[in-house]
Amino acid sequence: MANKILSWNTSILKSALWDAFLKLTPSQQIRNPIMFTVYISSLLTSALFIQAITGHGEAPTHFILAITFWLWLTLLFANFSEAMAEGRGKAQAQELRRTRHEIQAKKLARPERKAKITLIQSTKLKEGDWVLIEAGDFIPSDGEVIEGIASVNESAITGESAPVIRESGGDRSSVTGGTQVLSDWIIVRITANPGETFIDQMIALVEGAKRQKTPNELALTILLSGLTIVFLLVCATLLPFSLYSIHAAGSGQVISVTVLIALFVCLSPTTIGGLLSAIGIAGMNRMLQSNVIALSGRAIEAAGDIDILLLDKTGTITLGNRQATEFIPAEDVSIEQLADAAQLASLADETPEGRSIVILAKEKYGLRGRDILELGATFVPFTAQTRMSGANLAGRQIRKGAAEAIEIYLKEMGGTFSPSIQEKIASISRQGGTPLVVVDGKKVLGVLYLKDIIKGGMRERFTELRKMGIKTIMVTGDNPLTAAAIAAEAGVDDFLANATPEDKLKLIRKLQAEGHLVAMTGDGTNDAPALAQADVALTMNTGTPAAKEAGNLIDLDSNPTKLIEVVEIGKQLLMTRGALTTFSIANDAAKYFAIIPAAFVATYPALNKLNIMHLATPHSAILSAVIFNALSIVALLPLALRGVSYSRTSAAHLLRNNVLIYGLGGLIVPFIGIKLIDIFLSL
Amino acid sequence: MTGNGILQIVLYFLIILACVKPLGWYIAKIYENKPCGLNQLLQPIERYIYKISGVQPTQEMGWKKYLYTMLVFNLCGLLAVYTLQRLQYYLPLNPQNFPAVLPDLSFNAAASFVTNTNWQSYSSENTLSYMTHMTALTVQNFLSAAAGMSLLMALIRSLVRHETNSLGNFWVDTVRGIIYILLPLSFILAIALSAQGVIQNFKPYQTIQLLQPIHYQKTKIDSLGNPFKDAKGNLIRETVKVTEQKIPMGPAASQIAIKQLGTNGGGFFNTNSAHPFENPTPLSNFLEMLAILLIPSALCYTFGLMINDKRQGWALFIAMSILFIPSVIITTYAEQKGNAALKYLGLNKTASSHFYSSGNMEGKETRFGIVNSALWTSATTATSNGSVNAMLDSFTPLGGLTPLWLMHSGEVIFGGVGSGLSGMLLLVIITVFAAGLMVGRTPEYLGKKIEPFEMKMATITVLIMPLIVLLLTAIALSTPKGISSIANPGAHGFTEVLYAFTSMGNNNGSAFSGLHANTPFYNIAGGMEMLFLRFWIAIPTLAIAGSLVRKKLIPANSGTLPTHTMLFIILLIGVTCMVSALSFFPSLALGPIVEHLMLGG
Repeated sequence: MANKILSWNTSILKSALWDAFLKLTPSQQIRNPIMFTVYISSLLTSALFIQAITGHGEAPTHFILAITFWLWLTLLFANFSEAMAEGRGKAQAQELRRTRHEIQAKKLARPERKAKITLIQSTKLKEGDWVLIEAGDFIPSDGEVIEGIASVNESAITGESAPVIRESGGDRSSVTGGTQVLSDWIIVRITANPGETFIDQMIALVEGAKRQKTPNELALTILLSGLTIVFLLVCATLLPFSLYSIHAAGSGQVISVTVLIALFVCLSPTTIGGLLSAIGIAGMNRMLQSNVIALSGRAIEAAGDIDILLLDKTGTITLGNRQATEFIPAEDVSIEQLADAAQLASLADETPEGRSIVILAKEKYGLRGRDILELGATFVPFTAQTRMSGANLAGRQIRKGAAEAIEIYLKEMGGTFSPSIQEKIASISRQGGTPLVVVDGKKVLGVLYLKDIIKGGMRERFTELRKMGIKTIMVTGDNPLTAAAIAAEAGVDDFLANATPEDKLKLIRKLQAEGHLVAMTGDGTNDAPALAQADVALTMNTGTPAAKEAGNLIDLDSNPTKLIEVVEIGKQLLMTRGALTTFSIANDAAKYFAIIPAAFVATYPALNKLNIMHLATPHSAILSAVIFNALSIVALLPLALRGVSYSRTSAAHLLRNNVLIYGLGGLIVPFIGIKLIDIFLSL
Repeated sequence: MTGNGILQIVLYFLIILACVKPLGWYIAKIYENKPCGLNQLLQPIERYIYKISGVQPTQEMGWKKYLYTMLVFNLCGLLAVYTLQRLQYYLPLNPQNFPAVLPDLSFNAAASFVTNTNWQSYSSENTLSYMTHMTALTVQNFLSAAAGMSLLMALIRSLVRHETNSLGNFWVDTVRGIIYILLPLSFILAIALSAQGVIQNFKPYQTIQLLQPIHYQKTKIDSLGNPFKDAKGNLIRETVKVTEQKIPMGPAASQIAIKQLGTNGGGFFNTNSAHPFENPTPLSNFLEMLAILLIPSALCYTFGLMINDKRQGWALFIAMSILFIPSVIITTYAEQKGNAALKYLGLNKTASSHFYSSGNMEGKETRFGIVNSALWTSATTATSNGSVNAMLDSFTPLGGLTPLWLMHSGEVIFGGVGSGLSGMLLLVIITVFAAGLMVGRTPEYLGKKIEPFEMKMATITVLIMPLIVLLLTAIALSTPKGISSIANPGAHGFTEVLYAFTSMGNNNGSAFSGLHANTPFYNIAGGMEMLFLRFWIAIPTLAIAGSLVRKKLIPANSGTLPTHTMLFIILLIGVTCMVSALSFFPSLALGPIVEHLMLGG
């Protein structure tokens, strides 16, 4: 595996190196205004170099050559950074393309199994066509299952090899082109025209072709461009200032255009400018690595701003099923008797609740599983009419069920719940649990405490979210009593009980009106309106097409807890930009101290006192600054791709850390770096 | 620095601090239209003004209307000031019978007073009649200061109000600013100053006989101003005997009060507050210095009150103070240390005794001494006041660097009345943006989201000043018309030009002197610069206000970056310094810094 990653990386590296040169065309360069000024600068110094070799140089030829060389390298480094970031996406896109090969589709005349089949190329399928897909067939395009049920291998898009079930109706009806039906058959109505399928969209997204600048990136570009214009003028005005100074001091040499260009490139925020698009693409890639497809960069950024998370209880906060956690016997019954009866009633019960009872009996009371047939018992399965299950054996009729169902059952036989049992039932309900009553004939043996099990680590996670300023709201169909108990146990800030899809939509609208940014997860068609309303909507890949359409992020693993990771990736993306901008601007102080004395020492020898780094010669000082500037792009590339580390603490704490590392660091590091390069150059 | 010096600076700052809260509270009440104690007295006047001018005081304005009103208002002011200067010969109250002011100078002065710059190209007592002083200049001193505060109020309201368009009414804000704040304060100060000996009269200039005639030599010149030369080409010198002196008079106290309070700074006399009739005693000097910082510092507290979070106002006050106090100390230190080159002559000019003022006394008034000159210089350039009580051209290079740097920071360290705090709020937007990125959350300030539009506007507002100042300095230094006005050669001459355009560009108006600025080139270039930068900055500032006021208020939580903490204050200071240092370090290196290094400092 490690080997594979290594080879994958070297291939990206190779193609990125090549791409760095290909990206030198003006049409590519103009897309990044800051690097475009470096591009023009490089062209200018190249021209100055040609002028110098013809003997009319304004500065020593070797100096102009060195500056020109390093300016082009600065550009190549920036191009390389972008290409590296794109490379990962490209590799992923290639994987995806493989699944898009031509598939023979069985087009149906009518949406029926027995309808006439015509074989057709998958690329010719249009929205609204019906196709039959049988075991072993590839699904030709995106669609919705309208008949049948099948297991489907979706590893092509999710990387998960366990097959998933796709069936008509409900929330698991969506199928994706390029995946393979493993068993049974389904009839699918195609929902995407050629070129608009999910895989096509994904390829475009991961290749970065459709990447639009996000609002924040735009704002940052404006600020950086403004600074670049100021620096351009600062450098340009130095020429008349230099002329005047020479006139005034009566000695010295006019500052050369090469030096002015070098100063300009050093001052411009090239470090962040060169890495800006790499940071954005890398953010998308980090989403991809956690198997989330961002349908827009905006969504990733918005994820960083979310201050309210709506989380479904089931599957997100709790494990999908309730589990038995306690046996509470009736007054005259021993706990072992109750455990024994409960186990007998559940031995053949294949529901998760039933299994949890058997497990509890075994773990707590050492009751081993017994073969129900050996005991001569017959299993009474759960039916919608009786709403009970149980077992009949030698004179015993053991039943277990919800309190109301058992109450009716007892009434028929002329029995009732004793007050103490009623009290126990009520107490369990109050604590957010589900009481199951176990009876043997007319005799009530006791109550089983079934409980929602909160997923491990959720409480800690919510505490961290709270520290980050994110409020969590649990959404559940449970009654308020149960919901409150679970909410308290899980440590969420608030809950919405008895929730219908309309309630969810209403809640989101209300929160947004208060100025909050809301994120939610969902998969069902009935979630679609709420998903469309939420600022960040993470839909499950297993979800219905309507839900997927409404969301702006798709989780291929269909894991609702992902939302928390998404928020972190969003924050990390912004932070990386902020940290590198701060670093880039802070660097300028050292560059001024390197270049200004060097540029004007011929006019004003006293200015050499500003050469606090004691750089060897004016030329080596200027060149060192240019080299440092170029190298800082490649040096910071890994950070740009990986993102700055994010810890879940308060904003003030994060700010202090980042200002110290990137602000103060950005102020100090270049002094050391430029000095070291200067020492190296003067060897 | 002497202990006496430290004591004076501390005393000054403590008194400012004591005034911040009461005055800030009072100003907040005025603009929130709540009872302030003077309503009974002044409300009839206010109502009467609305009645005769047809203003509907309850009508709210959106940002475009507010801006439009302000621009038309200022344009009328510009035309009025220009016309009054051109017609002064025909108007009354002109005992010296001054002729009409030349067109380029009239334009410069009109632009200067309308924009609250108060750069004075003219030589006051030789050019302007009492009428021009009173109706053109003093009126604008009130109006431009009130307009600056109105702009700030629009910006503050955009942070307080939400999901609306209305920013208040420009007429109401301006009228209230004048009659409730500027007029009463000016009245009190004018009385106090005249008690100290500042003159207030309409007498013609007085001629007095000198007790002892003065003789001096000067070059003989012909009627065209060309010097006579003898056969060898040497200049012919003649001895002049002076037996009488003309003493200028005029209504000075009333103009000086508002000149200091409204961060205007245009002196009644040419030497500004160094003149004994404008600033006669140490106490009048102290009062005038107090008046410089009074309103700009109180507005920080007003801001805190109006946004219902006093901590935010104090945070800005602290940030400004942290930038201000070291500047005072550096200037005082540099001036008390004196000229380093003199030590090669075996002279020790460093001030050592508490009461013996040594150091660099060149260009300073003996009745004020070094500390009061340095303190004044810092206060006047930190705010956009620009009045002087000492001649900056004679300061040491470092002493001259500080006021230059204070202006380069964009007049946000207290700054002009209103305009200073709004400038600081724009820097806050940029700081919040940078900080927001560093904590991984799109930026917001006081619950308002900062989006690309605000950033675009803040960027062009903050970065335009260095662009124009550098550009004009470069043009001046590469044309003979620009260079010929420079009095001192070398790096000092460079500083003179840079200072002139910095001062006009930041609507400060303080003069470095030494530069002969009353030429068509400097008058017109400077006049355009003052107008362009004042309104170029006002337009995007109001556009930001217009955009912010429409936004929803986002509730704060622990993910919100607090903007009242010391960390944020440091960051804001960092951004302020960085913006000015990055733009101006090279030019400062070629001016005061190299001069300082050459003197052996």
